[in-house]
Amino acid sequence: MDFSVVIEYFPRLLQGAWVSLQLVAISIVLGGAFALPIALARISPVGWIRAIPFAYIFFFRGTPLLVQIFLVYYGASQFDAVRESVFWPILKEPFWCAIIAFTLNTSAYTAEIFRGAIQAIPQGEVEACKVVGMSKFQMYRRILLPRAFGIVLPAYGNEIILMLKGSALASTITILDLTGMSRTIIARTYTPMEIFLAAGGIYLVISIVIIAIFRQIELRQNRYLGTLSIKVPDKG
Amino acid sequence: MKFKKIVLGSALLLTAALSSVTVQAADKVRFATEGAWAPFNFIDSAGNPQGFDVDIARALCAKMQADCEIVTQDWDGLIPGLKVRKFDAIIASMSITEDRLKVVDFTNKYYSGGLRFMGRTGEEFNLMDLEGKTIGAQRATLGAQYLEDNFEGKADLKFYDNQDNVYLDLVSGRLDIVLSDELPTYNWLKTSEDGSKFEFKGDAFMKTDNIAIAIRKGDKKLEDKLNKALAEILANGTYQKINAKYFPFSIY
Repeated sequence: MDFSVVIEYFPRLLQGAWVSLQLVAISIVLGGAFALPIALARISPVGWIRAIPFAYIFFFRGTPLLVQIFLVYYGASQFDAVRESVFWPILKEPFWCAIIAFTLNTSAYTAEIFRGAIQAIPQGEVEACKVVGMSKFQMYRRILLPRAFGIVLPAYGNEIILMLKGSALASTITILDLTGMSRTIIARTYTPMEIFLAAGGIYLVISIVIIAIFRQIELRQNRYLGTLSIKVPDKG
Repeated sequence: MKFKKIVLGSALLLTAALSSVTVQAADKVRFATEGAWAPFNFIDSAGNPQGFDVDIARALCAKMQADCEIVTQDWDGLIPGLKVRKFDAIIASMSITEDRLKVVDFTNKYYSGGLRFMGRTGEEFNLMDLEGKTIGAQRATLGAQYLEDNFEGKADLKFYDNQDNVYLDLVSGRLDIVLSDELPTYNWLKTSEDGSKFEFKGDAFMKTDNIAIAIRKGDKKLEDKLNKALAEILANGTYQKINAKYFPFSIY
């Protein structure tokens, strides 16, 4: 093992990591924005409104992310109609194809997380809202969504880390993210162990930062639960 | 005490199993190819590797009277796979390069290649003026390396996992120009549905590109056997027959 290649190529690995971070950040923000309406539609009392997000979530959770990326990148470009459309300047770029695939994918997962959180709120709280005469909008804005936000945090932090790892698939459509950059370096140096170990280390550091940030938000958001921590009895 | 016995027993079993694997491997030559580089190596509709490289490997095995196995492996995993003994030889249209010689050994060449640009028919092409063009190649190939060395920062370079995806993006218009080996490109232009809309641009270069079988560093025994068999099929006409199956001219 010769770790001098890691030192030599470290700046390029960091360049790749920066691209990975951009991919994850943009798709998480867009995906989160889409997820909320999808989650709300998913719990609608009206059957056909429920059916659309159900089918959407079913498709994006039930197929591999790699297939979704290929469908957006190589699939869409097969059609002349797409190539001549106004969307081509965006669909031409691998970066935006990855953003589209990641956003669609993460919005499906996040919508399910949101739905679960909203439904996890005790029925009594919903009834209390109705009793004090809140409209449906007020009830969601004042009580249900803020409550759901607190419940959602651990699972949502997980989803972001899954997205970070999933972003490695961007390398399959020519993007030089952390994984793509590693593979390009290895094509020169033939030192897969050293470079992939370094790349894995960088992914870990990013994950640790994400976990730490979510821990802080969780503590803040759920601070009203502060004294309710569960005491584990000492082993006797 | 009992636990200790179990551990010792399983360790013995494991050693036995491992040593029997190495003994078996010695009688057998495991070739790896990529399976995405038509007509040199590709996967047929039944899922078996086929092509010039594969035919040569089979002819060599017949000459060496060795028990052979041909496996497929993604291009950029071939050399790492060879190093960790997943297979014994790579027959995947691999060029002998200085970088590769640092990590593997090569047999004598079994054909010669060369690089050549390709683009849309009728479009102007000037090697000196590729600024702003998008050029594609397969990652970890001679073509990709040439582009990195000569056009990094001058043109927009895109590297792909396999050559099929390079063709897809050329057809879709994401790529303006492709740099690849001349012979597979020749085959694609002639035989594929989309090939008729594209043509070679400029002349072939790096014609001294020797393509050979890669083996692990220091595996002299296999190298000698392969070289001997290669000389024999070149002398007895087997090689020429295989050549004619794929190209109307000699590629040696």
